[in-house]
Amino acid sequence: MKRDIVIIGGGPAGLAAAVAAYDAGCKNVLVVERESEVGGVLKQCIHNGFGLTRFKENLTGPEYAHKFIEEAEKRGIEMLKDTFVTELTADKKVTCMNQSGIFTVEAKAVILAMGCRERSKGALNIAGTRPAGLFSAGTAQKYVNVKGMLPGKRVVILGSGDIGLIMARRLTLEGAKVLCVSEIMPYSSGLRRNIAQCLNDFGIPLYLEHTVAEIEGEGRVSGVTLVKVDENKRPIAGTEKHFDCDTVLFSVGLIPENELTERAGVALDPRTKGAVVDGDRQTQTEGVFACGNVLHVHDLVDFVSEEAEIAGRAAAEYALQGGRAHAYISAENGENVTYVLPQRVDKNKNAPQKLFFRVRKAFRNAVVTVDTGARRKTVKKIAVAPGEMESVALSAEEIGGAEYVKIAVTGGDR
Amino acid sequence: MKYDVAIIGGGVIGALTARELARYALSVVVLEGAADVAAGASKANSGIVHAGFDAAEGSLKARYNVAGSRMMATVCEELGVGYENNGSLVLAFDEAQIGILETLLARGRANGVRDLRIIGREELFLREKHASGRAVAALYAPTGGIVCPFELTIAAMGNAMDNGVLLLTDFEVVRAENGKTVTLHAADGRAVSAGYVVNCAGAGAEKIARLFGDDSFTVGARKGEYILLDSAAKGFVKSTIFSVPTAAGKGVLVTPTADGNILIGPTSVEEPDFSTAIRRGAFGEIIEKARAICDGIPFGETITSFAGVRAYCDRHDFIVEESRKAENLFNTAGIESPGLTSAPAIGKAVAEKIAARFGAEKKKDFNPKRRAFSWFRKLGAAEKNAVIAEDPAYGKIVCRCESVTLGEIVNAIRQNPPARTLDGVKLRTRAGMGRCQSGFCQPATLETIAKEYGLSLGEVTKNGKNSAIVSGGAI
Ligand SMILES: Cc1cc2nc3c(=O)[nH]c(=O)nc-3n(C[C@H](O)[C@H](O)[C@H](O)COP(=O)(O)OP(=O)(O)OC[C@H]3O[C@@H](n4cnc5c(N)ncnc54)[C@H](O)[C@@H]3O)c2cc1C
Repeated sequence: MKRDIVIIGGGPAGLAAAVAAYDAGCKNVLVVERESEVGGVLKQCIHNGFGLTRFKENLTGPEYAHKFIEEAEKRGIEMLKDTFVTELTADKKVTCMNQSGIFTVEAKAVILAMGCRERSKGALNIAGTRPAGLFSAGTAQKYVNVKGMLPGKRVVILGSGDIGLIMARRLTLEGAKVLCVSEIMPYSSGLRRNIAQCLNDFGIPLYLEHTVAEIEGEGRVSGVTLVKVDENKRPIAGTEKHFDCDTVLFSVGLIPENELTERAGVALDPRTKGAVVDGDRQTQTEGVFACGNVLHVHDLVDFVSEEAEIAGRAAAEYALQGGRAHAYISAENGENVTYVLPQRVDKNKNAPQKLFFRVRKAFRNAVVTVDTGARRKTVKKIAVAPGEMESVALSAEEIGGAEYVKIAVTGGDR
Repeated sequence: MKYDVAIIGGGVIGALTARELARYALSVVVLEGAADVAAGASKANSGIVHAGFDAAEGSLKARYNVAGSRMMATVCEELGVGYENNGSLVLAFDEAQIGILETLLARGRANGVRDLRIIGREELFLREKHASGRAVAALYAPTGGIVCPFELTIAAMGNAMDNGVLLLTDFEVVRAENGKTVTLHAADGRAVSAGYVVNCAGAGAEKIARLFGDDSFTVGARKGEYILLDSAAKGFVKSTIFSVPTAAGKGVLVTPTADGNILIGPTSVEEPDFSTAIRRGAFGEIIEKARAICDGIPFGETITSFAGVRAYCDRHDFIVEESRKAENLFNTAGIESPGLTSAPAIGKAVAEKIAARFGAEKKKDFNPKRRAFSWFRKLGAAEKNAVIAEDPAYGKIVCRCESVTLGEIVNAIRQNPPARTLDGVKLRTRAGMGRCQSGFCQPATLETIAKEYGLSLGEVTKNGKNSAIVSGGAI
């Protein structure tokens, strides 16, 4: 089998990339999806808040996904569902497995859109027993929203990631008692609007700088003990809080799913845990592109779609016209910035570029400094936080004169 | 129905005893208190096939260890169980410890361990580049190995069942009537009669003996806690790396597992109530002790942590004997480390004694082979396609991290001994054992179990009684 573009993953990133590639003139596109329906994680995100940026509409996850599914179907884009990619090679051979067998597709360009997974509780070194009733927040969300089952009745949520916050509200609405959300950092990694709408509106306490000391229960979980931590995240004796509960949810971070990427030899960035890419979202392996949560974890799907369209158009160009010569400069993180994406900017592209970044800690009245070696410019932001991705735009001229791009955030009060 | 032999306990000792007894013309039942076999120490241990230089000369531990280690490769081959002869290294950090290595060397040779030798720094780092740079010498045991302990237990029980043994789970023996025959009563009212009973109850062995009026030994418990790293850390060490043993035991080790992970532990703490809860301070202790023997351990790849409990007896050696006090009872007790290694030899010895007692003949149709759990994943693409064409469920991946198909999960539920719980499926197929720790595959696995047994989702458990996975009811 041969295709111009193979897209691995039919979530919001894969769908938007497919549509954009098609519209850029590359019609021989295949989307491979391991689940029985496309739409990715949006299928289980039945809350609203999607599409505010892109469509100026307040959509649910399935509604947002549906817009892209419709566009893909309208164009007759080929989508292989219930099909698992077992291997990808640097020369763009994609091996798949489904109920009709194992087969290999040769592609001119590949777009990685596999999304991310939740960090598991196992990684956290938690003392106590290993009973039933411990879930990652996304798994609990699937039980409630897709399977119609309530995981339990008295719930403690560890970690204040967005899925955990959303689930605090969701479980409350379905009649469970959410006792608290605990977060080890001094701030939540979730969106501010989720803290307000999912916790504050329901009177669910958020304990910042708290971690889990112990899980109890034989058979099913019967309780957890939280403890306050100091600046070095060490437990402070005597600050224990005990909760009787039958369910514990973990919302402790998302990790891009790059096992295939890694095995294909595509270079990864330890900061994002996704591929190193240029402005086209092309990885350091020619003809392999990446977008969405497999590239870096986004907080809003609207930005995923935008990124996927960039990758889709660029992959189409690559598949139809082949690669071109690049003149890369690096994008680096300065003070208080944890990563900048893309990591490489191509001066030959001769086009404006948006650079995305995340900050290390929350600031009010922040000053973003963009240093290009040739000049510095500053941008003011009212507030920045690690849970919200920021961006700055550079014009074609600014990039043309740049030796490198370094983004730093300073000033303001915490 | 009355059985010739009832085995109490479906750990590795009970399972391999059952398999060895299945060679004879005897009717055999295994009574396991938990929802599945491998519920006790046989699920959570280091998985090391010890070479045999630790145990005191002349002890039963030494005898069964060396004999078991020699049998292990064949048993695993027959049962399709993951085993690797990866070799072990005991590191010494100063002159005094080199002295201990020499003692171990002499003891090992006296115990009959082959090819043991002490190696210097050069060979050590050639073998293991992450061995601590401060090590000055090591005892090298080429016969040391690794085995998947729960896979061995499950496969041995499955093979015993394929050869006619009956397994009753959720059968916790709480009472024994010992007359001409023995009647064993379960907590839920069921009863089974047998002519002879083998006590393989691990942590519960003292209690079982007492049900028969045998108080000739006591069983204590020492907990061991572990950290497990993802298969992404595979290759960090190839051999099993020990520090020199102290009075407290063999200490923390760093080893590959037969499944391709890296295992670090165990600690050693008295645990009077046999709890497998991990102590708050355990992680720091494991990490510190492991760093003393290996450099640059990738703890960032941690995927889970767990604990197992060693059931030791007051004689400080294995008990493998006819009860000193009761009729119709054979005790295996105090089977702490190296009990896993010894299990094939203990099972064989116990079965031979019982067969002699009954004057039982060997069956002609005993089949020692069992298809490996991993049979499908080891096939090439063309062979896989043939299997998928037969049964499309083998083309559907359920567990992404470990690439486990629906076909393999259904097979684990239907094959002997049938998986009935989420943990049962996990231990048989590895579904849920990878980096996401079942985040993605749990709902699908639950549905498959529910469908196969005609249960609702809310009735499927993690590991039996009171461990429902989703307990809040339907929305
Ligand atoms: C931390 C640790 C590390 C170890 N490392 C190694 C190693 O590396 N190499 C090695 O060779 N050995 C090792 N061992 C030892 C090895 O694990 C044990 O020797 C072996 O698993 C014992 O098997 P068993 O069948 O006797 O006990 P178990 O596996 O505990 O089985 C006993 C079974 O009996 C059942 N039972 C109990 N009471 C009743 C009842 N009343 N009615 C019905 N059923 C009952 C239990 O549910 C259980 O399933 C280690 C042990 C521990 C704990």
